[in-house]
Amino acid sequence: MWDYVKLIVLGAIAVGAAIAANYGHDLAYTVNAIEVMLAAAIAFVVVLRGVGEPKVVNQGEYLDGVIRAGVIATTFWAVVGFLAGVFIASQLAFPWLNFEFLQGIGNFGRLRPLHTSAVIFAFGGNALIMTAFYVVQRTSAARLWGGNLAWWVFWGWQLVIVLAATGYVLGGTQSKEYAEPTWYVDWLLTVVWVLYLAVYAGTLMKRKEPHIYVANWFYLSFIITIAMLHLVNNMAIPVSLLSSQSVQVTSGVQDAMIQWWYGHNAVGFFLTAGFLGMMYYFVPKQAERPIFSYKLSIIHFWALIFLYIWAGPHHLHYTALPEWAATLGMVFSVILWMPSWGGMINGLMTLSGAWDKLRTDPIIRMMVVAVGFYGMSTFEGPMMSIKSVNSLSHYTDWTIGHVHSGALGWNGMITFGALYFLTPRLWNRESLYSLKLVSWHFWLATIGIVLYASSMWVSGIMEGLMWREVDANGFLVNAFADTVAAKFPMNVIRALGGALYLTGGLIMAYNLWMTVRAQPAKAPVNANNFVPAE
Amino acid sequence: METYTLLRQLADSWGMLLMLLLFAGVMLWAFRPGSRQVHSDIANSIFRNERKPVAEATKPDRTEA
Repeated sequence: MWDYVKLIVLGAIAVGAAIAANYGHDLAYTVNAIEVMLAAAIAFVVVLRGVGEPKVVNQGEYLDGVIRAGVIATTFWAVVGFLAGVFIASQLAFPWLNFEFLQGIGNFGRLRPLHTSAVIFAFGGNALIMTAFYVVQRTSAARLWGGNLAWWVFWGWQLVIVLAATGYVLGGTQSKEYAEPTWYVDWLLTVVWVLYLAVYAGTLMKRKEPHIYVANWFYLSFIITIAMLHLVNNMAIPVSLLSSQSVQVTSGVQDAMIQWWYGHNAVGFFLTAGFLGMMYYFVPKQAERPIFSYKLSIIHFWALIFLYIWAGPHHLHYTALPEWAATLGMVFSVILWMPSWGGMINGLMTLSGAWDKLRTDPIIRMMVVAVGFYGMSTFEGPMMSIKSVNSLSHYTDWTIGHVHSGALGWNGMITFGALYFLTPRLWNRESLYSLKLVSWHFWLATIGIVLYASSMWVSGIMEGLMWREVDANGFLVNAFADTVAAKFPMNVIRALGGALYLTGGLIMAYNLWMTVRAQPAKAPVNANNFVPAE
Repeated sequence: METYTLLRQLADSWGMLLMLLLFAGVMLWAFRPGSRQVHSDIANSIFRNERKPVAEATKPDRTEA
């Protein structure tokens, strides 16, 4: 019965999308409609082939297939996102890379959102969904809720990514930073996200452990908050059901405030709370000792929840935003420093008594460096949110350097650690293919981040100082193009740092691939065969 | 009263007080007597059930049409 409902809905979507593709007003819309049609048609065939077959849900096993797919997707999108980043960084250093034959598709303006979305939502999003499914099952001692619903979340998320990416290069965007996807992609994302929440919360509700482990609090707050932010920031009315264009409901300073309330909390809950969920599970697991202080983790959680949501206005210092709102954002950003460092200390001190592991285990080294970068960027951020500092740093490369020390150092490194942790376990291998390659990855990534962040500090502060330099008569000394010319060496170093980071990512992809292919399996992957009789 | 003015006044008086008290209450609750044992049990829960869920009491395998 349920299968027939699915078939009718999927068939209707496929036909509807085909009609929409035919009548679409713009190229991005037409291409996206064709993609939706193909996706619905493929899903239709998959469901059709399974009609009438009994669907066995083995409650005695974890649902790990979707997590294995998540590991593959995370690694794939990591390489894609890093590659896009290196390419656009090179475009900034060498403008001729904006090739004439790719005008309107492959120039910096079109590729930049492709890079940010690929690393944040494709790489980071897949990492979050996949680790959340892993952690919630293990800490709840229960299989994922909802049968194969988790697979719909996984494939729905990939579809969102593909629609957004192809839309961007063809000009489909609603021009909101980190919320570029057009209105129909936003709708699809909403559906996928609600399913994600249902799977996650459903698993928590049928847990066999009496308590909910703190990592799950972080994951759950991330899922709920992102839902709220996404809905409010994407209040838009489509111009036509056959066009990718839409009109924002709010305008002016209200729209700007909503955008940066969204923007900063996307950092706070997507890139911080979610990844802290990873930290609170994978660091203790890899160190083989419980978290340093569970009480501190509770304080860390509630302080982040109460404070983060107010920090957004620091993106709008010296704008039309009321002074009190900017001050409020600044004060809360500075207060945030404390719980962030509490969390960092909690992660680092988990290793107390096991510091020797740093020498022998490159995976724990990666996680520790990640937590270190979390601490560094949560110090740098509050400092940059102070109005007088912001008047120098805002709109300069310093901001980009700050974002990347957080994203490459904290989000990237903790995800690499989780991938190295998960792959041998999910595919039942004795160990990773090569710890030496993990070390290579670690050093390439670390040196890459250091080159990136330091060149952006130099470049950003130089830019800020050049922009505000006035002569004795009060006239500006430098034209904007002067700062662009002066940044050239730093832009080259930044591209080099990104290339090192990308090389590390490729080495990781090879290492994980060889772990699955070339390492002997411990026992049949089926956990039922694996677990000895009780 | 205008909505803006109302919200503005609420935000820097009773609203702020409520948030502060809630936050302080959560902190105090974390430090309640006897929480140490509970917290150490939860912190160690990640080392259980790594391979397999806890079996359902009555129906280990479920078949859905």
